[in-house]
Amino acid sequence: MTQYLLSVHPDQSVYDLPDEEKQESWDATGVFNEEIQAEGIWVFANGLTRASDATTVDATGSEVVVTDGPFAEAKEHLGGFWIIDVPDLDAALAVAERASKACGEAVEVRPFEGE
Amino acid sequence: MSAPADVHAEISRIVREEHGIVVASLARRFGDLDIAEDAVAEALLIAVERWPVDGFPPNPAAWLTTTAGNKAIDRIRRESKRDEKHQAALMITDDTPPEPTGPVEDDRLRLVFTCCHPALSPEARVALTLRLLGGLTVAEIARAFFVPETTMAQRITRAKAKIKAAKIPYRVPDTSDLAGRLGAVLAVVYLVFNEGYLAGSGDEALRVDLSDEAIRLGRVLRQLLPDEGEVAGLLALMLLTDARREARVAGGELVTLDEQDRGSWDRALIAEGHTLVRECLERVASGGTGPGQYQLMAAINAVHTDAPDARDTDWSQVVALYDQLMAVAPTPVVELNRAIAMAELDGPDVGLALVDRLDLDGYHAWHVARADLLRRLGRGSEARAEYDAAIAATENPAERAHLTRRRDQISNA
Repeated sequence: MTQYLLSVHPDQSVYDLPDEEKQESWDATGVFNEEIQAEGIWVFANGLTRASDATTVDATGSEVVVTDGPFAEAKEHLGGFWIIDVPDLDAALAVAERASKACGEAVEVRPFEGE
Repeated sequence: MSAPADVHAEISRIVREEHGIVVASLARRFGDLDIAEDAVAEALLIAVERWPVDGFPPNPAAWLTTTAGNKAIDRIRRESKRDEKHQAALMITDDTPPEPTGPVEDDRLRLVFTCCHPALSPEARVALTLRLLGGLTVAEIARAFFVPETTMAQRITRAKAKIKAAKIPYRVPDTSDLAGRLGAVLAVVYLVFNEGYLAGSGDEALRVDLSDEAIRLGRVLRQLLPDEGEVAGLLALMLLTDARREARVAGGELVTLDEQDRGSWDRALIAEGHTLVRECLERVASGGTGPGQYQLMAAINAVHTDAPDARDTDWSQVVALYDQLMAVAPTPVVELNRAIAMAELDGPDVGLALVDRLDLDGYHAWHVARADLLRRLGRGSEARAEYDAAIAATENPAERAHLTRRRDQISNA
Protein backbone atom coordinates (compact mmCIF):
# COMPACT_ATOMS: atom_id res chain seq x y z
CA MET A 1 0.00 0.00 0.00
CA THR A 2 1.15 3.52 -0.70
CA GLN A 3 0.05 6.78 0.88
CA TYR A 4 -0.88 9.60 -1.44
CA LEU A 5 -1.58 13.26 -0.77
CA LEU A 6 -4.63 14.54 -2.64
CA SER A 7 -4.49 18.31 -2.45
CA VAL A 8 -6.65 21.16 -3.73
CA HIS A 9 -5.26 24.57 -4.58
CA PRO A 10 -8.22 26.89 -5.01
CA ASP A 11 -8.11 30.51 -6.07
CA GLN A 12 -8.18 32.45 -2.81
CA SER A 13 -11.35 34.24 -3.91
CA VAL A 14 -13.39 31.14 -3.02
CA TYR A 15 -12.98 32.12 0.62
CA ASP A 16 -15.01 35.27 -0.10
CA LEU A 17 -18.00 33.40 -1.52
CA PRO A 18 -21.10 33.37 0.68
CA ASP A 19 -21.61 30.14 2.59
CA GLU A 20 -24.79 29.25 0.68
CA GLU A 21 -22.78 29.01 -2.52
CA LYS A 22 -20.30 26.61 -0.94
CA GLN A 23 -22.86 24.48 0.87
CA GLU A 24 -23.32 22.04 -2.00
CA SER A 25 -19.60 21.19 -2.34
CA TRP A 26 -19.26 21.01 1.47
CA ASP A 27 -22.10 18.49 1.60
CA ALA A 28 -20.69 16.46 -1.30
CA THR A 29 -17.23 16.48 0.29
CA GLY A 30 -18.73 15.33 3.58
CA VAL A 31 -20.40 12.39 1.86
CA PHE A 32 -17.19 11.55 0.02
CA ASN A 33 -15.21 11.63 3.29
CA GLU A 34 -17.64 9.20 4.92
CA GLU A 35 -17.38 6.92 1.89
CA ILE A 36 -13.60 6.66 1.92
CA GLN A 37 -13.60 6.15 5.69
CA ALA A 38 -15.97 3.23 5.18
CA GLU A 39 -13.75 1.92 2.38
CA GLY A 40 -10.77 1.92 4.73
CA ILE A 41 -8.52 4.11 2.59
CA TRP A 42 -8.82 7.34 4.65
CA VAL A 43 -5.75 8.39 6.65
CA PHE A 44 -6.49 12.07 7.29
CA ALA A 45 -8.24 15.02 5.65
CA ASN A 46 -9.14 18.58 6.41
CA GLY A 47 -9.57 22.02 4.88
CA LEU A 48 -7.33 24.97 5.61
CA THR A 49 -8.29 28.56 6.39
CA ARG A 50 -7.24 31.24 3.90
CA ALA A 51 -3.56 31.57 3.00
CA SER A 52 -3.34 35.04 4.55
CA ASP A 53 -3.72 33.32 7.94
CA ALA A 54 -0.38 31.60 7.36
CA THR A 55 2.89 32.45 9.09
CA THR A 56 6.23 31.45 7.60
CA VAL A 57 9.20 30.62 9.82
CA ASP A 58 12.72 30.50 8.34
CA ALA A 59 15.42 29.24 10.69
CA THR A 60 17.92 28.34 7.97
CA GLY A 61 20.02 31.49 8.55
CA SER A 62 21.72 32.82 11.65
CA GLU A 63 18.56 34.63 12.69
CA VAL A 64 15.08 33.15 12.82
CA VAL A 65 12.83 35.14 10.49
CA VAL A 66 9.09 35.04 11.12
CA THR A 67 6.97 36.46 8.27
CA ASP A 68 3.26 37.08 8.00
CA GLY A 69 1.75 35.22 5.04
CA PRO A 70 2.40 32.06 2.98
CA PHE A 71 5.78 30.86 1.71
CA ALA A 72 5.20 31.81 -1.92
CA GLU A 73 3.26 34.68 -3.46
CA ALA A 74 0.51 33.15 -5.58
CA LYS A 75 -3.16 33.37 -6.36
CA GLU A 76 -3.68 29.69 -5.64
CA HIS A 77 -2.65 28.13 -2.35
CA LEU A 78 -3.13 24.79 -0.67
CA GLY A 79 -6.72 24.91 0.50
CA GLY A 80 -7.26 21.42 1.86
CA PHE A 81 -6.09 17.86 1.46
CA TRP A 82 -6.68 14.18 1.98
CA ILE A 83 -4.13 11.53 2.79
CA ILE A 84 -5.22 8.14 1.53
CA ASP A 85 -3.71 4.67 1.59
CA VAL A 86 -4.29 2.64 -1.60
CA PRO A 87 -2.43 -0.06 -3.60
CA ASP A 88 -1.21 1.99 -6.58
CA LEU A 89 -1.54 5.14 -8.67
CA ASP A 90 -4.53 3.89 -10.65
CA ALA A 91 -6.44 3.44 -7.40
CA ALA A 92 -5.31 6.89 -6.19
CA LEU A 93 -6.39 8.52 -9.46
CA ALA A 94 -9.81 6.91 -9.19
CA VAL A 95 -10.24 8.32 -5.65
CA ALA A 96 -8.98 11.73 -6.83
CA GLU A 97 -11.62 11.76 -9.55
CA ARG A 98 -14.33 11.32 -6.90
CA ALA A 99 -12.67 13.93 -4.65
CA SER A 100 -12.56 16.46 -7.49
CA LYS A 101 -16.22 15.91 -8.34
CA ALA A 102 -17.17 16.32 -4.67
CA CYS A 103 -15.22 19.48 -3.85
CA GLY A 104 -15.49 21.12 -7.27
CA GLU A 105 -11.76 21.78 -7.65
CA ALA A 106 -8.88 20.13 -9.48
CA VAL A 107 -7.01 17.68 -7.24
CA GLU A 108 -3.26 17.04 -7.29
CA VAL A 109 -2.08 13.50 -6.50
CA ARG A 110 1.38 13.01 -5.02
CA PRO A 111 2.90 9.93 -3.44
CA PHE A 112 4.55 10.09 -0.05
CA GLU A 113 8.06 8.71 0.13
CA GLY A 114 8.14 5.03 1.00
CA GLU A 115 8.99 3.94 4.49
CA MET B 1 26.75 -16.13 -40.94
CA SER B 2 29.64 -14.81 -42.95
CA ALA B 3 30.99 -11.29 -42.52
CA PRO B 4 30.98 -9.76 -39.00
CA ALA B 5 28.87 -6.90 -40.40
CA ASP B 6 26.08 -9.39 -41.12
CA VAL B 7 26.33 -10.81 -37.62
CA HIS B 8 25.97 -7.35 -36.12
CA ALA B 9 23.04 -6.51 -38.37
CA GLU B 10 21.42 -9.76 -37.28
CA ILE B 11 22.08 -8.97 -33.62
CA SER B 12 20.51 -5.51 -34.06
CA ARG B 13 17.48 -7.09 -35.66
CA ILE B 14 17.11 -9.61 -32.83
CA VAL B 15 17.51 -6.85 -30.23
CA ARG B 16 14.73 -4.79 -31.83
CA GLU B 17 12.54 -7.86 -32.15
CA GLU B 18 13.07 -9.29 -28.66
CA HIS B 19 13.87 -6.30 -26.43
CA GLY B 20 10.25 -5.68 -25.45
CA ILE B 21 9.61 -9.34 -24.65
CA VAL B 22 12.72 -9.70 -22.50
CA VAL B 23 12.36 -6.39 -20.60
CA ALA B 24 8.65 -7.03 -20.03
CA SER B 25 9.20 -10.49 -18.60
CA LEU B 26 12.00 -9.28 -16.31
CA ALA B 27 9.95 -6.29 -15.17
CA ARG B 28 7.18 -8.66 -14.14
CA ARG B 29 9.56 -10.97 -12.36
CA PHE B 30 11.53 -8.33 -10.47
CA GLY B 31 8.86 -5.64 -10.23
CA ASP B 32 11.33 -2.95 -11.23
CA LEU B 33 11.86 -1.41 -14.67
CA ASP B 34 15.37 -0.15 -13.89
CA ILE B 35 16.62 -3.56 -12.81
CA ALA B 36 15.00 -5.09 -15.90
CA GLU B 37 16.45 -2.59 -18.33
CA ASP B 38 19.97 -2.63 -16.88
CA ALA B 39 20.04 -6.42 -16.79
CA VAL B 40 18.96 -6.64 -20.44
CA ALA B 41 21.66 -4.12 -21.38
CA GLU B 42 24.27 -6.30 -19.65
CA ALA B 43 22.98 -9.42 -21.39
CA LEU B 44 23.18 -7.66 -24.75
CA LEU B 45 26.82 -6.76 -24.14
CA ILE B 46 27.57 -10.42 -23.55
CA ALA B 47 25.59 -11.39 -26.67
CA VAL B 48 27.56 -8.96 -28.81
CA GLU B 49 30.79 -10.57 -27.57
CA ARG B 50 29.75 -14.20 -27.72
CA TRP B 51 27.35 -14.66 -30.59
CA PRO B 52 29.80 -13.73 -33.36
CA VAL B 53 32.18 -16.37 -31.95
CA ASP B 54 29.87 -19.12 -30.69
CA GLY B 55 27.04 -18.61 -33.16
CA PHE B 56 23.44 -17.68 -32.39
CA PRO B 57 21.59 -19.58 -29.67
CA PRO B 58 18.60 -21.56 -30.95
CA ASN B 59 16.19 -19.26 -29.10
CA PRO B 60 17.77 -15.80 -28.71
CA ALA B 61 14.89 -14.39 -26.63
CA ALA B 62 15.11 -17.25 -24.14
CA TRP B 63 18.91 -16.89 -23.99
CA LEU B 64 18.61 -13.14 -23.35
CA THR B 65 15.89 -13.66 -20.71
CA THR B 66 17.93 -16.25 -18.83
CA THR B 67 21.20 -14.30 -19.04
CA ALA B 68 19.55 -11.01 -18.06
CA GLY B 69 17.66 -12.75 -15.26
CA ASN B 70 20.95 -14.04 -13.82
CA LYS B 71 22.45 -10.55 -14.09
CA ALA B 72 19.48 -9.09 -12.25
CA ILE B 73 19.79 -11.66 -9.45
CA ASP B 74 23.52 -10.88 -9.19
CA ARG B 75 22.70 -7.21 -8.79
CA ILE B 76 20.00 -7.77 -6.21
CA ARG B 77 22.33 -10.06 -4.27
CA ARG B 78 25.08 -7.40 -4.32
CA GLU B 79 22.68 -4.72 -3.18
CA SER B 80 21.06 -6.90 -0.55
CA LYS B 81 24.37 -7.14 1.26
CA ARG B 82 24.01 -3.42 1.85
CA ASP B 83 20.28 -3.38 2.06
CA GLU B 84 18.32 -6.06 3.86
CA LYS B 85 15.09 -4.99 2.25
CA HIS B 86 16.17 -6.45 -1.06
CA GLN B 87 16.40 -9.82 0.59
CA ALA B 88 12.73 -10.26 -0.14
CA ALA B 89 13.29 -9.78 -3.85
CA LEU B 90 15.73 -12.70 -3.82
CA MET B 91 12.89 -14.97 -2.81
CA ILE B 92 11.51 -14.58 -6.29
CA THR B 93 13.31 -17.30 -8.15
CA ASP B 94 10.69 -17.87 -10.78
CA ASP B 95 12.47 -19.25 -13.82
CA THR B 96 9.34 -20.26 -15.67
CA PRO B 97 8.58 -18.50 -18.93
CA PRO B 98 5.68 -15.98 -18.96
CA GLU B 99 2.47 -17.86 -18.26
CA PRO B 100 0.69 -18.80 -21.50
CA THR B 101 -2.78 -17.77 -20.32
CA GLY B 102 -3.72 -15.97 -23.51
CA PRO B 103 -2.65 -12.83 -25.31
CA VAL B 104 -4.08 -10.43 -22.71
CA GLU B 105 -1.60 -11.75 -20.16
CA ASP B 106 1.42 -11.08 -22.37
CA ASP B 107 4.01 -9.16 -20.37
CA ARG B 108 4.53 -6.75 -23.23
CA LEU B 109 0.94 -5.64 -22.95
CA ARG B 110 1.47 -4.72 -19.29
CA LEU B 111 4.63 -2.91 -20.31
CA VAL B 112 2.95 -0.86 -23.03
CA PHE B 113 0.16 0.23 -20.67
CA THR B 114 2.76 1.25 -18.09
CA CYS B 115 4.84 3.18 -20.67
CA CYS B 116 1.72 4.95 -22.01
CA HIS B 117 0.13 5.70 -18.64
CA PRO B 118 -1.81 9.00 -18.69
CA ALA B 119 0.06 10.14 -15.55
CA LEU B 120 3.22 10.45 -17.71
CA SER B 121 3.78 13.34 -20.10
CA PRO B 122 3.10 12.54 -23.76
CA GLU B 123 6.81 13.03 -24.62
CA ALA B 124 7.78 10.61 -21.86
CA ARG B 125 5.24 8.02 -23.08
CA VAL B 126 6.74 8.10 -26.58
CA ALA B 127 10.31 7.90 -25.31
CA LEU B 128 9.64 5.05 -22.87
CA THR B 129 7.70 3.03 -25.43
CA LEU B 130 10.46 3.31 -28.01
CA ARG B 131 13.18 2.57 -25.44
CA LEU B 132 11.62 -0.32 -23.53
CA LEU B 133 9.28 -1.89 -26.05
CA GLY B 134 11.02 -0.89 -29.27
CA GLY B 135 14.55 -1.52 -28.02
CA LEU B 136 15.86 1.73 -29.49
CA THR B 137 18.84 3.28 -27.75
CA VAL B 138 18.52 6.61 -25.98
CA ALA B 139 20.85 8.11 -28.63
CA GLU B 140 18.61 6.86 -31.44
CA ILE B 141 15.46 8.26 -29.84
CA ALA B 142 17.17 11.59 -29.15
CA ARG B 143 18.26 11.89 -32.81
CA ALA B 144 14.81 10.93 -34.05
CA PHE B 145 13.20 13.76 -32.09
CA PHE B 146 16.02 16.30 -32.56
CA VAL B 147 16.77 16.72 -28.88
CA PRO B 148 20.16 16.40 -27.15
CA GLU B 149 20.91 12.91 -25.86
CA THR B 150 21.23 14.18 -22.27
CA THR B 151 17.73 15.69 -22.49
CA MET B 152 16.26 12.42 -23.73
CA ALA B 153 18.15 10.40 -21.10
CA GLN B 154 16.80 12.72 -18.41
CA ARG B 155 13.26 12.45 -19.77
CA ILE B 156 13.40 8.65 -19.61
CA THR B 157 15.06 8.59 -16.18
CA ARG B 158 12.49 10.98 -14.74
CA ALA B 159 9.60 8.96 -16.18
CA LYS B 160 10.97 5.75 -14.71
CA ALA B 161 11.46 7.47 -11.35
CA LYS B 162 7.82 8.58 -11.40
CA ILE B 163 6.61 5.08 -12.28
CA LYS B 164 8.46 3.79 -9.24
CA ALA B 165 7.67 6.56 -6.73
CA ALA B 166 4.02 7.07 -7.68
CA LYS B 167 3.50 3.31 -8.14
CA ILE B 168 2.16 3.37 -11.66
CA PRO B 169 0.94 -0.22 -11.86
CA TYR B 170 2.48 -2.81 -14.18
CA ARG B 171 -0.81 -4.23 -15.30
CA VAL B 172 -3.34 -4.38 -18.11
CA PRO B 173 -6.24 -2.08 -17.15
CA ASP B 174 -9.63 -3.50 -16.15
CA THR B 175 -12.13 -4.00 -18.94
CA SER B 176 -13.98 -0.87 -17.83
CA ASP B 177 -10.85 1.28 -18.28
CA LEU B 178 -9.37 -0.57 -21.25
CA ALA B 179 -10.92 1.48 -24.05
CA GLY B 180 -9.80 4.81 -22.60
CA ARG B 181 -6.32 3.62 -21.71
CA LEU B 182 -5.92 1.90 -25.07
CA GLY B 183 -6.59 5.29 -26.68
CA ALA B 184 -3.45 6.66 -25.02
CA VAL B 185 -1.40 3.72 -26.30
CA LEU B 186 -2.67 4.08 -29.88
CA ALA B 187 -2.03 7.84 -29.76
CA VAL B 188 1.63 7.16 -28.91
CA VAL B 189 2.04 4.72 -31.78
CA TYR B 190 0.32 7.05 -34.27
CA LEU B 191 2.43 9.98 -33.10
CA VAL B 192 5.60 7.95 -33.67
CA PHE B 193 4.33 7.00 -37.13
CA ASN B 194 3.55 10.58 -38.13
CA GLU B 195 6.83 11.83 -36.73
CA GLY B 196 8.57 9.47 -39.15
CA TYR B 197 6.18 10.01 -42.04
CA LEU B 198 5.97 13.78 -41.98
CA ALA B 199 9.50 14.60 -40.85
CA GLY B 200 11.08 16.84 -43.38
CA SER B 201 14.25 18.10 -41.80
CA GLY B 202 17.29 16.70 -40.11
CA ASP B 203 19.84 14.19 -41.25
CA GLU B 204 17.65 11.41 -42.62
CA ALA B 205 20.52 8.93 -42.83
CA LEU B 206 21.07 9.16 -39.08
CA ARG B 207 17.43 8.79 -38.14
CA VAL B 208 15.84 5.57 -37.12
CA ASP B 209 12.85 4.92 -39.31
CA LEU B 210 10.11 5.86 -36.90
CA SER B 211 7.34 4.92 -39.34
CA ASP B 212 8.67 1.37 -39.61
CA GLU B 213 9.03 1.25 -35.83
CA ALA B 214 5.42 2.40 -35.36
CA ILE B 215 4.15 -0.22 -37.79
CA ARG B 216 6.13 -2.88 -35.93
CA LEU B 217 4.57 -1.73 -32.62
CA GLY B 218 1.18 -1.70 -34.33
CA ARG B 219 1.68 -5.32 -35.40
CA VAL B 220 2.65 -6.32 -31.85
CA LEU B 221 -0.49 -4.66 -30.46
CA ARG B 222 -2.59 -6.34 -33.12
CA GLN B 223 -1.15 -9.70 -32.10
CA LEU B 224 -1.80 -8.97 -28.40
CA LEU B 225 -5.31 -7.50 -28.82
CA PRO B 226 -6.72 -9.20 -31.91
CA ASP B 227 -10.33 -8.34 -31.07
CA GLU B 228 -9.90 -4.58 -30.64
CA GLY B 229 -11.22 -2.81 -33.74
CA GLU B 230 -9.23 0.36 -33.13
CA VAL B 231 -5.97 -1.60 -32.95
CA ALA B 232 -6.71 -3.15 -36.35
CA GLY B 233 -7.85 0.26 -37.59
CA LEU B 234 -4.62 1.97 -36.58
CA LEU B 235 -2.48 -0.73 -38.19
CA ALA B 236 -4.54 -0.50 -41.40
CA LEU B 237 -4.26 3.29 -41.38
CA MET B 238 -0.48 3.14 -41.04
CA LEU B 239 -0.11 0.46 -43.74
CA LEU B 240 -2.32 2.29 -46.23
CA THR B 241 -0.46 5.54 -45.61
CA ASP B 242 2.97 3.94 -45.73
CA ALA B 243 2.07 2.19 -49.00
CA ARG B 244 2.16 5.61 -50.70
CA ARG B 245 5.46 6.69 -49.18
CA GLU B 246 7.53 6.24 -52.38
CA ALA B 247 5.00 8.08 -54.53
CA ARG B 248 4.68 10.96 -52.13
CA VAL B 249 7.92 12.72 -53.01
CA ALA B 250 9.50 13.04 -56.47
CA GLY B 251 12.60 15.08 -57.21
CA GLY B 252 12.56 16.61 -53.74
CA GLU B 253 9.01 17.83 -54.22
CA LEU B 254 5.84 16.70 -52.49
CA VAL B 255 3.37 14.98 -54.82
CA THR B 256 -0.28 15.34 -53.80
CA LEU B 257 -2.59 12.34 -53.74
CA ASP B 258 -4.31 13.24 -57.04
CA GLU B 259 -0.97 13.50 -58.89
CA GLN B 260 0.78 10.45 -57.46
CA ASP B 261 1.96 7.61 -59.66
CA ARG B 262 -0.43 4.97 -58.36
CA GLY B 263 1.63 2.24 -60.02
CA SER B 264 4.40 2.84 -57.48
CA TRP B 265 2.12 2.30 -54.48
CA ASP B 266 3.05 -0.76 -52.44
CA ARG B 267 0.37 -3.28 -53.43
CA ALA B 268 1.22 -5.77 -50.66
CA LEU B 269 0.76 -3.15 -47.93
CA ILE B 270 -2.48 -1.97 -49.54
CA ALA B 271 -3.84 -5.51 -49.72
CA GLU B 272 -2.99 -6.08 -46.05
CA GLY B 273 -4.59 -2.76 -45.08
CA HIS B 274 -7.75 -3.51 -47.07
CA THR B 275 -8.07 -6.91 -45.40
CA LEU B 276 -7.90 -5.27 -41.99
CA VAL B 277 -10.47 -2.61 -42.96
CA ARG B 278 -12.84 -5.33 -44.22
CA GLU B 279 -12.39 -7.20 -40.95
CA CYS B 280 -13.31 -4.00 -39.05
CA LEU B 281 -16.40 -3.49 -41.19
CA GLU B 282 -17.51 -7.06 -40.55
CA ARG B 283 -17.00 -6.67 -36.81
CA VAL B 284 -19.11 -3.50 -36.78
CA ALA B 285 -21.77 -5.10 -39.04
CA SER B 286 -22.04 -8.12 -36.76
CA GLY B 287 -23.10 -5.93 -33.86
CA GLY B 288 -19.75 -4.77 -32.45
CA THR B 289 -19.27 -1.26 -31.17
CA GLY B 290 -19.27 1.53 -33.76
CA PRO B 291 -15.96 2.30 -35.48
CA GLY B 292 -13.60 4.70 -33.71
CA GLN B 293 -11.39 7.32 -35.30
CA TYR B 294 -8.60 5.01 -36.48
CA GLN B 295 -10.99 2.62 -38.20
CA LEU B 296 -12.71 5.54 -39.93
CA MET B 297 -9.44 7.11 -41.05
CA ALA B 298 -8.31 3.70 -42.31
CA ALA B 299 -11.59 3.34 -44.21
CA ILE B 300 -11.07 6.75 -45.86
CA ASN B 301 -7.59 5.67 -46.90
CA ALA B 302 -9.03 2.40 -48.18
CA VAL B 303 -11.40 4.35 -50.46
CA HIS B 304 -8.46 6.36 -51.85
CA THR B 305 -6.24 3.32 -52.37
CA ASP B 306 -9.12 1.49 -54.01
CA ALA B 307 -9.29 3.97 -56.90
CA PRO B 308 -7.08 3.07 -59.89
CA ASP B 309 -7.08 6.77 -60.82
CA ALA B 310 -7.76 9.89 -58.72
CA ARG B 311 -10.79 10.56 -60.95
CA ASP B 312 -12.29 7.21 -59.88
CA THR B 313 -12.36 8.20 -56.19
CA ASP B 314 -15.73 7.59 -54.55
CA TRP B 315 -16.02 11.05 -52.99
CA SER B 316 -19.53 10.53 -51.62
CA GLN B 317 -18.16 7.59 -49.66
CA VAL B 318 -15.27 9.73 -48.42
CA VAL B 319 -17.65 12.49 -47.29
CA ALA B 320 -19.90 9.95 -45.56
CA LEU B 321 -16.88 8.60 -43.65
CA TYR B 322 -15.80 12.11 -42.65
CA ASP B 323 -19.34 12.70 -41.37
CA GLN B 324 -18.95 9.64 -39.15
CA LEU B 325 -15.49 10.81 -38.10
CA MET B 326 -16.96 14.19 -37.11
CA ALA B 327 -19.37 12.33 -34.85
CA VAL B 328 -16.60 10.53 -32.92
CA ALA B 329 -13.72 13.04 -33.18
CA PRO B 330 -15.04 16.51 -33.96
CA THR B 331 -11.93 18.59 -34.60
CA PRO B 332 -11.36 21.54 -36.96
CA VAL B 333 -8.79 19.45 -38.86
CA VAL B 334 -11.38 16.74 -39.58
CA GLU B 335 -13.80 19.46 -40.67
CA LEU B 336 -11.14 20.83 -43.01
CA ASN B 337 -10.62 17.44 -44.62
CA ARG B 338 -14.36 16.97 -44.96
CA ALA B 339 -14.59 20.38 -46.68
CA ILE B 340 -11.87 19.35 -49.16
CA ALA B 341 -13.84 16.18 -49.98
CA MET B 342 -17.03 18.24 -50.31
CA ALA B 343 -15.24 20.43 -52.88
CA GLU B 344 -14.65 17.32 -55.01
CA LEU B 345 -18.30 16.34 -54.69
CA ASP B 346 -20.12 19.69 -54.99
CA GLY B 347 -17.51 22.03 -56.44
CA PRO B 348 -14.75 24.34 -55.19
CA ASP B 349 -17.16 27.17 -54.25
CA VAL B 350 -19.00 24.89 -51.80
CA GLY B 351 -15.66 23.68 -50.43
CA LEU B 352 -14.30 27.19 -50.01
CA ALA B 353 -17.38 28.37 -48.11
CA LEU B 354 -16.87 25.47 -45.67
CA VAL B 355 -13.13 26.07 -45.37
CA ASP B 356 -13.64 29.79 -44.68
CA ARG B 357 -15.85 29.02 -41.71
CA LEU B 358 -12.96 27.32 -39.89
CA ASP B 359 -10.75 29.14 -37.43
CA LEU B 360 -7.44 27.61 -38.54
CA ASP B 361 -5.42 30.67 -39.52
CA GLY B 362 -1.70 29.78 -39.35
CA TYR B 363 -2.32 26.04 -39.85
CA HIS B 364 -0.53 25.26 -43.10
CA ALA B 365 -3.02 22.68 -44.42
CA TRP B 366 -5.82 25.24 -44.11
CA HIS B 367 -3.87 27.76 -46.21
CA VAL B 368 -3.06 25.03 -48.76
CA ALA B 369 -6.75 24.08 -49.03
CA ARG B 370 -7.81 27.73 -49.47
CA ALA B 371 -5.08 28.35 -52.04
CA ASP B 372 -6.03 25.31 -54.13
CA LEU B 373 -9.73 26.14 -54.05
CA LEU B 374 -9.13 29.80 -54.95
CA ARG B 375 -6.91 28.68 -57.83
CA ARG B 376 -9.60 26.34 -59.12
CA LEU B 377 -12.13 29.19 -58.90
CA GLY B 378 -9.83 31.34 -61.05
CA ARG B 379 -9.19 33.86 -58.27
CA GLY B 380 -5.48 34.14 -59.14
CA SER B 381 -4.18 36.97 -56.98
CA GLU B 382 -5.99 35.69 -53.87
CA ALA B 383 -4.68 32.19 -54.55
CA ARG B 384 -1.11 33.47 -54.87
CA ALA B 385 -1.31 35.32 -51.55
CA GLU B 386 -2.75 32.19 -49.94
CA TYR B 387 0.09 30.00 -51.33
CA ASP B 388 2.52 32.50 -49.79
CA ALA B 389 0.77 32.09 -46.42
CA ALA B 390 0.95 28.29 -46.80
CA ILE B 391 4.67 28.37 -47.68
CA ALA B 392 5.35 30.58 -44.66
CA ALA B 393 3.48 28.13 -42.41
CA THR B 394 5.49 25.00 -43.27
CA GLU B 395 9.10 23.99 -42.62
CA ASN B 396 8.99 20.92 -44.82
CA PRO B 397 11.25 21.54 -47.86
CA ALA B 398 9.41 19.08 -50.16
CA GLU B 399 6.11 20.74 -49.38
CA ARG B 400 7.54 24.22 -49.87
CA ALA B 401 8.90 23.19 -53.28
CA HIS B 402 5.50 21.87 -54.31
CA LEU B 403 3.63 24.97 -53.11
CA THR B 404 6.11 27.34 -54.75
CA ARG B 405 5.64 25.60 -58.11
CA ARG B 406 1.85 25.70 -57.73
CA ARG B 407 1.97 29.40 -56.91
CA ASP B 408 4.24 30.21 -59.84
CA GLN B 409 1.96 28.34 -62.24
CA ILE B 410 -0.88 30.74 -61.63
CA SER B 411 -1.19 33.03 -64.63
CA ASN B 412 -1.41 36.74 -64.06
CA ALA B 413 -4.80 36.90 -65.74
